[in-house]
Amino acid sequence: MALNSTLRPGLIQMRVLDLDKTLTFYKDILGLDEVARTTDGRVLLKGFDEFDHHSVSLRLADEAGVDLVAFKVDSPATLERLKTATEAFGYPVDEVAPNTDQPGFGKRYGFTICTGHRIELYAEVMLSPNGPMTHNPDPWVNAPRGMRAQRFDHCLLYGPNIAEAERYFTEVLGMFAPEVCNTPDGKRFATWLTSGNKPHDLAFVEYEKPGKIHHLGFLLQDWNDIGNAADWMAKYGVKRDVGPTRHAITRGQTIYFWEPSGNRIETYCGGYTAYPDNPQRTWDISEVGKGLFYYEGELIPTFLQVVT
Amino acid sequence: MQGYTVTVAETGETFTCNQNEILLAAMRRTGKGPIQYGCFGGGCGVCKVKIISGDYQVVKKMSHAHVLAQNPTDGTVLACCVTPRGNITVSRV
Repeated sequence: MALNSTLRPGLIQMRVLDLDKTLTFYKDILGLDEVARTTDGRVLLKGFDEFDHHSVSLRLADEAGVDLVAFKVDSPATLERLKTATEAFGYPVDEVAPNTDQPGFGKRYGFTICTGHRIELYAEVMLSPNGPMTHNPDPWVNAPRGMRAQRFDHCLLYGPNIAEAERYFTEVLGMFAPEVCNTPDGKRFATWLTSGNKPHDLAFVEYEKPGKIHHLGFLLQDWNDIGNAADWMAKYGVKRDVGPTRHAITRGQTIYFWEPSGNRIETYCGGYTAYPDNPQRTWDISEVGKGLFYYEGELIPTFLQVVT
Repeated sequence: MQGYTVTVAETGETFTCNQNEILLAAMRRTGKGPIQYGCFGGGCGVCKVKIISGDYQVVKKMSHAHVLAQNPTDGTVLACCVTPRGNITVSRV
């Protein structure tokens, strides 16, 4: 549903404390497919409805959290244009050669933004041999498992100076912010950014420590699948954080929970259709509890403070 | 089932942690102790406590973002990753 030359967040690499347990969770409970393993022991995964080679990489590490988030752009020419524009914005850019640490991916340009996160851009990636059908297609090739996550959808990052991060993603990558939340003195507390009709591809919350992640989100089909996801959490003792509930912000329906290494995951469906010419929705920080948890009407204390 | 007594240094309140029960799970079950909890996976660091006396075992990996070594000598641990091996005293960090 991209409306401009930045297509989507197509890849996220997460650090996990226990690779075996976390991988079992991603495959058997969340329902992703394992695509490949790298020589350095990382495991590459994708949702059953994703065409590209992989969208999630898990790396065994001593700290939980996020290594990088990469955005696919629409052409090699766009990639070169965005490299120049990123450098002009003030972020030094490095180049990762094709088919190296992320098998199947073309050349990537990477840089660290003010919030401390490594962001990468790429234009080319191999299709997965295990992707969705395209000719007289069935909805799926193999029956979806577990929570039936369809694809990697978005992530919420925590770090300092999100006003600058918002400026980078809107001015350089051409995204827009359908919804924002401000402090009483008018500073950005949170921003939701999209490149197309999804309510968000990426979000930021202002936070003093750099490089943190609040959650990565996966798309489910509908509210029934949110209930199915809740069943899997209850049955297998997955540590649930919030939900099933609905956001007023984005209007998505949701459950939040933690995978075995302590990174928070959201399973999400619905949400409004975003257009760049529509007026921006704004929230006062005093109302953010209702904005995040519309049915509860108030903030759940662990929600904003717990990050990896 | 044999259990161990956990004493909270600041308040003197006590509760029982069963054998092989995760310390944070016992805090949550009894509603006692410094019961801030988040991910239950050793990642978020919210349940960090200091075990100031008694034996315990680290049974799950703790994120180095919050606890520098897997067997810290000063007893600073994530309550979601340890189980007592005797009576212990904990304090807030």
